[in-house]
Amino acid sequence: MEVEVLQAPDGCEDVDEVKEVVVSTIEEEFNTSSPPASSCGRGAKTSQDDNWGETTTAITGTSEHSLSQEDIVRITKDLEDSVGLDCRRYFTRAVAVILGLLVFLTPLAFLTLPHILWPEKLQSCGTACEGLFISVAFKLLILLLAVWALYFRPARAGLPRVFVFRVLLAVLVFLLVVSYWLFYSVRILDSQDTNYQGVVQYAVSLVDALLFIHYLAVVLLELRQLQPCYSVCVTRSTDGATRHYNLGQLSIQRAALAVVENYYSDFPIHNPALLSASKSRAAKHLAGLKVYNVDGPGNNTSAGLVQSQSRAMIAAAARRRDTSHNELYYEEAEHERRVRKRKARLVVAVEEAFTHIKRMQDEEQKKAPGDVMDPREAAQAIFPSMARALQKYLRTTKQQHCHSMESIQQHLAFCITNNMTPKAFLESFLTPGPSLQYSRDHWRARQWTLVSEASVTSGLKDGTTFLLKCVDFSLVATSKKIPYIQMSEEYIDPKSHKFVLRLQSETSV
Amino acid sequence: MSFVPGQPVTAVVQRIEIQKLRQGDKLILGFSIGGGIDQDPGQNPFSEDKTDKGIYVTRISPGGPADVANLRMGDKIMQVNGWDMTMVTHDQARKKLTKQKEDVVRLLITRKSLEETVRLQLKSMLS
Repeated sequence: MEVEVLQAPDGCEDVDEVKEVVVSTIEEEFNTSSPPASSCGRGAKTSQDDNWGETTTAITGTSEHSLSQEDIVRITKDLEDSVGLDCRRYFTRAVAVILGLLVFLTPLAFLTLPHILWPEKLQSCGTACEGLFISVAFKLLILLLAVWALYFRPARAGLPRVFVFRVLLAVLVFLLVVSYWLFYSVRILDSQDTNYQGVVQYAVSLVDALLFIHYLAVVLLELRQLQPCYSVCVTRSTDGATRHYNLGQLSIQRAALAVVENYYSDFPIHNPALLSASKSRAAKHLAGLKVYNVDGPGNNTSAGLVQSQSRAMIAAAARRRDTSHNELYYEEAEHERRVRKRKARLVVAVEEAFTHIKRMQDEEQKKAPGDVMDPREAAQAIFPSMARALQKYLRTTKQQHCHSMESIQQHLAFCITNNMTPKAFLESFLTPGPSLQYSRDHWRARQWTLVSEASVTSGLKDGTTFLLKCVDFSLVATSKKIPYIQMSEEYIDPKSHKFVLRLQSETSV
Repeated sequence: MSFVPGQPVTAVVQRIEIQKLRQGDKLILGFSIGGGIDQDPGQNPFSEDKTDKGIYVTRISPGGPADVANLRMGDKIMQVNGWDMTMVTHDQARKKLTKQKEDVVRLLITRKSLEETVRLQLKSMLS
């Protein structure tokens, strides 16, 4: 069908009808700029008229005090984040401190209150009773050390939901202490019991109960997840690097934390430069095809149109003789050859550079005080001879943004100080190491988002899947249960290893 | 045909006389033997008792002297020309059978069906 485009000089007249032609060409697909000053395609949803705004008189700029919609959203989010996070952290800390004080001061209060309130009626404390004092003191000391060891560690992460076991234990401790106080206030304070030994024994029993709760805490928080139960398979979405980890019975958020911590030390660093080749290949597959709609505007339902378009494109692409596999093969072979050549040059250059310096012995120190260098200066002295080869190699393997000049020289000084060979120095450049190895701004993604269909405080089960999103990529994790192993034994007597010759001759006579 | 070590062996035996055939410069009998006290008795397909280390006939060449003399495959050779064959090595058995100076061998062989035949005969004789 033909295209009728009416040219209007001032750009605001109506046009009768326009037959639409849907064309997707190679270069102009994403280009939405209209051709300058030529046509006025009214009724077409994709074209704009440059001249339209020039005859209007309203001014719609933003004044200095106005906020756009995005600003508002951003501010509320910041507010939420900062207030939310700090609020939670302070709240948790406050609760922990209050609970701790309650726990430690309660036994002491139990012991001292009778002396304060009714000292004259109180029986004197015999030897057994005083022995109990020592027991209370030591048990409180042990409890203090144990609580310090278990709870006063720097937090490694901020998780999205509360830690269920910790909350349960805090509630349990609180209930225990409250119930002891209730009993104490009703039976001892009100009736002013004179048997001090009973009171001391009561305080000792409270400290014992607290120690047992601490044992429960150790078992629930630390020991339960040590036995491996699930095998979690973690894949990076951009390049498919996969690792498997054995985890115990954890909630999904704790499992995600374990996965992220292992990610930093196991996965090779994410290099976006290596992915550009496949993207350009993908773009070339559907390029070069034009789709013409010959049915006219009567068949204009947009969904049907798009579907038939894409089906036509797929069919055409399948029928086309595609030689991109050929190009890929030769390109990869060529790249491999280039990398090997550069690597050979690099290795030779580095080995030669390392022969220029040697460690100075003590007796030489008196002889030649002239050219003595510390490791940093030595590194700077030999670096220029290998710099060019190293830079070319890094460019070929697309790693040049991972290593800065400063970091390379630092690494060289480190290797020289520790008597490493050239091969040891080169190892960090030849194979991409884990993210922790590189400088800080490379593992800048410390903000991870956990995406999960099940609630994140529920436990891992067979077949649980969750996603950990960061800015550049995401990690997909799937868990599988480690099967139950039934093992049986078979005893072999060492004397039962006996052998005979297998001879079976047959002779004809 | 099983034996108890230390006790005399009793078996129903058949006498077979084989005339050796001259083939080239050798005298042959036309059968193959297997077994012996230096062999693995478990591999013997013809013995009933798998600990029996006696000499057994493993193959008969058709039309040869042994076939003519009614030697059957699976027979156990107890004596050759008076020499005992129940406790010999494989090589000793071969030597006793292939003495080039003798041109006839007289074997005492035993097989399972012999006992059956004798028992039947006794029954029919007695009844």
